[in-house]
Parts: sequence; structure tokens; C-alpha cells
Amino acid sequence: MIVTKQKSFQDIMEALKNKTNIFIIGCGECATTCKTGGEDEVKLLCAELSKNNKNITGFVIPKAPCVVSQTKRDLSKFRAELERSDCILVMACGLGVQAVIQSKRFNSKVVSGCDTLFAGSMTSLGEFFEFCSSCGECLLNITGGLCPVTRCPKSLLNGPCGGAKDGKCEVDRTKDCVWILIYERLKELGELDNIKSIVKAKNHRKNLRPGVRSLKKEN
Amino acid sequence: MSKLEAAFKNNKFAITSEIGPPKGVSFEQILKENISLRERVDAINVTDLQSSVMRLGSLAFSKILLDNGIEPVFQLTCRDRNRLALQSDLLSAAVLGIENVLLLTGDHPVLGDHPEAKPVYDLDSVQLLDCAKGLINGVDLCGNKLTGSPKLFLGAVVNPGVETIDLELLKMEKKVKAGAQFFQTQAVYDLSSFERFMKKAITFGVPIMAGIVLLKSANMARYLNDNVAGINVPDGLIKRMQDSKDKVKTSIGIASSLIKELKGNCQGVHIMPIGWDKHVVAVLDQAGL
Repeated sequence: MIVTKQKSFQDIMEALKNKTNIFIIGCGECATTCKTGGEDEVKLLCAELSKNNKNITGFVIPKAPCVVSQTKRDLSKFRAELERSDCILVMACGLGVQAVIQSKRFNSKVVSGCDTLFAGSMTSLGEFFEFCSSCGECLLNITGGLCPVTRCPKSLLNGPCGGAKDGKCEVDRTKDCVWILIYERLKELGELDNIKSIVKAKNHRKNLRPGVRSLKKEN
Repeated sequence: MSKLEAAFKNNKFAITSEIGPPKGVSFEQILKENISLRERVDAINVTDLQSSVMRLGSLAFSKILLDNGIEPVFQLTCRDRNRLALQSDLLSAAVLGIENVLLLTGDHPVLGDHPEAKPVYDLDSVQLLDCAKGLINGVDLCGNKLTGSPKLFLGAVVNPGVETIDLELLKMEKKVKAGAQFFQTQAVYDLSSFERFMKKAITFGVPIMAGIVLLKSANMARYLNDNVAGINVPDGLIKRMQDSKDKVKTSIGIASSLIKELKGNCQGVHIMPIGWDKHVVAVLDQAGL
């Protein structure tokens, strides 16, 4: 999922400067799980903004605002409210914000209420960890299902830097050295041979930044 | 062939020291302190923005050493350069007459004095060694032919004291396969664990230089134990530094006895004086080198 963090109320107010009639769009997927743009958070924000002299024209929580067709369908039910609004506040990730703009259901300015952090997985304790950086060249099949591109701060592909102490990463002592985890996992699986040959340098053409990667239907 | 390579070839116990270039352009003092080592060491390493602290570059200081009759070991890390810059710097070193290079991953920028810098790590140390071997053979990383290939002697590092020594040895073997022709190790204080490491490491058939870091105080020793992976300064040595009235003398004594004990078990020593450059001669004198 895409992990987000709400901007501070002060930052949101600054982004809404000179705007009075605000329509809010939340997110029924990731931002709900992250508690940044679910129904509870959106209602709370409506109340706070009202207290600060903003007029809330309405709100909607599409299941996934990043899916343009869904957003179009959901927003079509709020034509009148959108027309009355001089600003749309989106409580979702950067994908949600941009998909809302693409939906072309209104002409008002769109403002983002969240900072997008990373693509992460959530543990059973409700903590988020970035375990994949969408590099376009997945190594998980040789590294025992643990990603060194993302979880090693140096993205080392051929083994650890040698700086781990008590199994913890030199760069962040609160995190495990992923190369030690990979080694232990492969030993368990009897697949240590996987990491004995040299892994060649990554092809960064598959992961160019800035750039727009796409996946289109093949004919 | 570089002096260092010749030393290994002739089974001579090789000696290197290490310089950290200054943060600024005044290099005369450091150079002066190292001139006395000219006839005593085979080469002197020049660190590449060690600890990720911005300072004078290792290529420039390597050239200064060369111009002053000292053979350099040019250290090159993957932290600040992508594959184009790394290869280009290796070619630049070669045309300046620098043969010895030590290829490392490099400390992460967050540990240094520009923690907001973008880390590069386009290649890792194994890939960089592999790529340098390609240059020596006349082709770049993409297989394009070079006009004239560089003459380089490729070094790498290994940490013999880490907890996961099998994994470290696995990576060391990859470095050998990739083209490493000699190794310098992290600081060694614990002789028995170094001996265990050497039993396996020696089978790779590549010369290994044991790392010697000059202890400056008991606090420094404790700091190393608490913060640097693979370093284990025994309590006895910490106590000697603690009780010492003359820290320099004690430090020289410790370093020289370590060298004497390690001598039979490795192909050379790499001394890291960390600013105490002027005391390296005394260490070598007492070690009988």
C-alpha cells in the first residue's frame, strides 16, 4: 500500500489560504488504513476547518481515488457541491491527488492534505515498513524473499558492507541488517549458492527518476 | 609493476600506512609528517572522504604523494560516484601514474558531515572490482573497447572480526573472483579470531594485510568496541592505555607488538595512524620492520 502522513493542520490551512468553500475527498483504501484520509479523519478535518472559518461543501470517500474511473463515478454524485466549491482538498497519496485532477469533474484548485512516504507493508502491530522500492528488476527469488535494494541503505547486491553490529544496520541501529537476514534465510532453505555468484550492476533504465513509468495493455 | 605489487610477488612482508586528506587545501603539514615514511613503507593509502566527511579528494592527494616520491594507494568508494565517474576516475588514476587502488563501498553519508547528501551506490564494491578488471582488460562496463587500457593493482577490504564471519568470507571470495589482488583488513586486536579468519581466507590465494589502528586513549578503544563492527580491543590493552603516563609510547608499544605477533600469519600490515602519522616510523622501528 501507499503509506501517507497527514500534513500539519497549519500547512493545510496555508494551502487553503484565500479559499472558503472546500470539498474534501478521502481514500477508502491506503489512507483509511494509514488513518490519514479515511472517513473518521475526514470528518474530524471537516470539523476543524469549520471552526477556522472554512465552509465545507461536502465530502466523499471513494474506495480508491487513484483509480480514475471510480473517482469520476463517485464525484458525479456531487456535481452541485463541487460547483459551489472553490477548492478541493484531497486526503490521499500523490496518486490520489493526481487522479482526482484527471477526473475532470470540476475546475477548482486541488490541494493535497498528505505527504506520500513510501510503498509499504503493514505488520500485525499496525506498523508500516518499506520493503519494496519498485525497482523494476526483482531479486527476491534469489535473496530468500528479502529485498536488499530497499532494506540495505546502500542497496548492496553482493553481500553486507561489514558494518553491522549485533545484527543491526550501521546506518540505523534500530533496523536489522538485511544481508544477515538473507544469509540466515538462505541457509535455512539450503540455497546459499544463490548469493555465491556475482550479481551484476542494476539496470537503472528500468527505474529512472524523474520519469513516468507505465504498464499498458499489449495488443 | 607497483612497489606494493612487487613486494607481494617477492614474498616481502608488505607495509602500508594511511593518510586522511585535510578538510581544506593546506596539505603541507600532513605531507611533511609522511615524508619520513618514504623509505619505510611500500605505499600509503589515501582515504576517499573517510567517514563521509567532505575534504580534499583522494585522487589529488595520491598525485601529490607520487610527486613526492611516495607510492599511493588511491582509495575509491561507490558512495559519491555513479558507474561513469568511477570508471573515469580509474582511468584518470592510471594516466597520473597511480597503479594501486583500493575499491570500497564507502561509509553512508548519514554518518558524515553532510548527512542530507544523496547516496549514490550505483555499483557495490564487488561490481566495482569486476568493472576495474574489465578496464584492465580493455573494456568498460558496457563492453565498449578502450583506446589503451589502464595498469592497475586492485585492492579490497575485509573485516575479519565480524560476528557473521562466514558471510564476510563469502563476500571476500566474491571480491577475489571479481578481481581483488590484495586485501587490507579492518583493525585487528584479537589475535585468535584473526587466526581463525586467516585459516579460511588464505585459501583464496590473495595476499592479506592486517589492519593496525593506533590507539590514542582508553576511551578511543572503548568507543571502537562499542561502535565499530568487528573490532574487539581486549580489556588488557584498554587497561594499559588507561594506566599509561605516556599514551604515545604505550600506543606505539601496543601497535608494534601486534605487528610482531601478526607477522607470521599474514602477508603485510596496513597501519592506520588516524592523525598520528608522525608516530608510524617509531611503530615500524619497534616492530623491527
